Amino acid sequence: MKLLTLNFLTCAIKSCKSTPASFPLHPRDAELEIVEADLNILFLKNILPRLMWDELRVIGSELGLPELPSTPPTREDLVEPSTTAIAAPTSDGTRDAGEEEEEEIPTQTAKDLHRVLLETCIKEGKLVCGNCGHEYKVLEGVANFLLPGHLV
Amino acid sequence: MSRPEDTLPPDLFYNDTESRKYTTSSRIQKIQSSMTHRALSLLSLRSPSLILDVGCGSGLSGEILSQTADEGTPGGPHIWIGFDISSSMLGVALEKEVEGDLFLADAGQGVPFRPGTFDAAISISAIQWLCNAESSEESPAGRLSRFFGGLYASLRRGGRAVCQFYPKNDEQKKMVSQAAVKAGFGAGLLEDDMGTKNAKVYLVLTVGGGDLDGDITGVVRGMDGVDVMDARRKAARKRGEEQKGSKQWILRKKDQMEKKGRVVKASSKYTGRKRRVQF
Ligand SMILES: C[S@@+](CC[C@H](N)C(=O)[O-])C[C@H]1O[C@@H](n2cnc3c(N)ncnc32)[C@H](O)[C@@H]1O
Ligand SMILES: [Zn+2]
Repeated sequence: MKLLTLNFLTCAIKSCKSTPASFPLHPRDAELEIVEADLNILFLKNILPRLMWDELRVIGSELGLPELPSTPPTREDLVEPSTTAIAAPTSDGTRDAGEEEEEEIPTQTAKDLHRVLLETCIKEGKLVCGNCGHEYKVLEGVANFLLPGHLV
Repeated sequence: MSRPEDTLPPDLFYNDTESRKYTTSSRIQKIQSSMTHRALSLLSLRSPSLILDVGCGSGLSGEILSQTADEGTPGGPHIWIGFDISSSMLGVALEKEVEGDLFLADAGQGVPFRPGTFDAAISISAIQWLCNAESSEESPAGRLSRFFGGLYASLRRGGRAVCQFYPKNDEQKKMVSQAAVKAGFGAGLLEDDMGTKNAKVYLVLTVGGGDLDGDITGVVRGMDGVDVMDARRKAARKRGEEQKGSKQWILRKKDQMEKKGRVVKASSKYTGRKRRVQF
């Protein structure tokens, strides 16, 4: 399970939904794994404002990851300042294919964010609710959110 | 042929053998793929989004969500999170090393994400299972309500969901759509190949706010065969009176407003047009 997902998952128990302590779920006895994925700069820009940054930092430190900056990056921090803006048209006047959709070059910040959110995964362990203490087991990266009937 | 939904609970029906059989059948792959593309066209995503796949199974839809726009996935590649009640199905997805995150959960118990998490959600051939309650303490209505309530909250304002499902009959179709409307969604039903044995039903859902204004007609405008549903109850009719909401009534109100100096939307052939109110 990606840390991205953990930044959105809450305790499934109904009475926990309205209490702030049910988010984020806290990893316990977690075994981490890096699963490489293509960097998707447009996705990062899209998801950035939806992240709960402080909670991401908390989870990161609980997992013993290098400390994240105290404030989230901005969208501008994710792409290298444009260098192609002044590119001249080709001599025969045709536009080359790359020109229509200008390629955005990810910064180191974007790469770091990608690493944390989309490549750092919890492989085994538990996710624990800070409110009710319910433990969701994670096996082979798959968390079990099935609840016994009386907790629904 | 009996419906699998009537034989066993989903987690038992989709055991290891059935999950493998399901996923490797080229006929099923083809159908699920075309329905996923249909659902994607209804979502009209323009850029890489965070998508929930409800009843994701072995990830047949997910694999399509992960593809690029060039490979035929509008706005792709998307990042998706899928859940399913069958661990065997998820096991097959793991073997295939799908890119989305997977977890085991029962849609009838809700959707455990904080509000506004997803840009969009899809569900292909799954939610009819919610109409079969597994135990006496659960009712289909309760399970549908928890599912749609949770789905609604987990989508961002202006977000959309498309659920293709196989209703057993009209009553079930109505029960499912009604539960979605009750949860707050703008809802429309789209039926492909209606009346044939290949009929496919898509429940198209929108969340108000954002760039869509929650107007389901924004999704379905210009699409043939979409029935827009309306949450508002039919106003009790008084015979002989101009009906509130009728074209006549709207035109009169517009006239009144205009005289007061307000700006009103230009009337068109759509003004006050009757939508097929399903319930
Ligand atoms: C026909 S399969 C479709 C799988 C996948 N969406 C696809 O298109 O290939 C139906 C799936 O719905 C899942 N399902 C049934 N009831 C469910 C529930 N209550 N919660 C989550 N998944 C459920 C089943 O386990 C099964 O994987
Ligand atoms: Zn809890």
